Amino acid sequence: MTEAMSNLEVLLREALAPVEPPAALAERLESTLLSITEMAVDELEAWELSAMRDPRNWARPAAAIVVGGAAGAALVLLRARHRAHDSPGALGGARESAERTMRDLGRETRRLLGSR
Amino acid sequence: MSEQIRHKPKAQLDAEFSELYRAHLRDVYSYAYYRVGDHHDAEDLTEQTFLQAYRHFERAQSESHGRPLRPWLIRIAHNLAANLYRDRSRKPASPIDETTTLAALHTTEQLVEGRDELSRVLDGVRLLPDDRREALIMRFALGMDNREIARALGRSDGATKVLIHRAIRQLEELVEEGATTRPARGGSANGRAAAKALGSRSDD
Repeated sequence: MTEAMSNLEVLLREALAPVEPPAALAERLESTLLSITEMAVDELEAWELSAMRDPRNWARPAAAIVVGGAAGAALVLLRARHRAHDSPGALGGARESAERTMRDLGRETRRLLGSR
Repeated sequence: MSEQIRHKPKAQLDAEFSELYRAHLRDVYSYAYYRVGDHHDAEDLTEQTFLQAYRHFERAQSESHGRPLRPWLIRIAHNLAANLYRDRSRKPASPIDETTTLAALHTTEQLVEGRDELSRVLDGVRLLPDDRREALIMRFALGMDNREIARALGRSDGATKVLIHRAIRQLEELVEEGATTRPARGGSANGRAAAKALGSRSDD
């Protein structure tokens, strides 16, 4: 490398020094990201009920509900349990029970999170 | 997609994304600013970059195999900037605000002595073809190495090395032309030394 190129690189480092982002940008961006990270609804919407046929997947939607909000999740779980308790004979097996419960959880959670 | 994504808990992903954001906000903003030459557009570009990054973060993590995600972030910004220009069918609307940039980076004495040389360098950078200018921004504003730049630009390591070398060569010529067509203000010792050094280069 020539001396001239070396000097030019020194000048380039000075001329193209990093630029600090404005504080207002950081505040706005962090606020936006925070509101997005609080949304767990997408996780439930993206979940296909068919996947629930594999019992190994049953824990994941429950985790999404927890992320979505402790108070809302607690209410959803309470309602789902109450409904299942009311009509235990109407569910024709473990798989149907799981699917139906997950439909209830998804609908209720979407309603709760959507009304925030 | 051939690779199965190993899903992480959302809280863990969010925490990791938060780290990525804190670590690279300045990088993305610096890239955006030098790329578009305007603070307002740079803010929009930075915001859109991180929102897109959040949407695809899990997949990017899975496919990065532990490599740094900065090139991926800068590539998002690069693509968004290209879209911005395509949508508006224009180049950067205004030249990089030298006063703001330089004043933030140098003391008054340094500013007086070095402003002319730095202005010539910035002028030269603006005149470079897009890919050469971007490579120099990544190298000198963000401190990225050849491999990172290669990933951000979607080129091979070798092609990137050549790109940067040619960019510096062309910039050297542009700065030299600027020095001969625009008399240096103040004629500082530093400026004369730089001009002499730039004028003494040997050709390939």
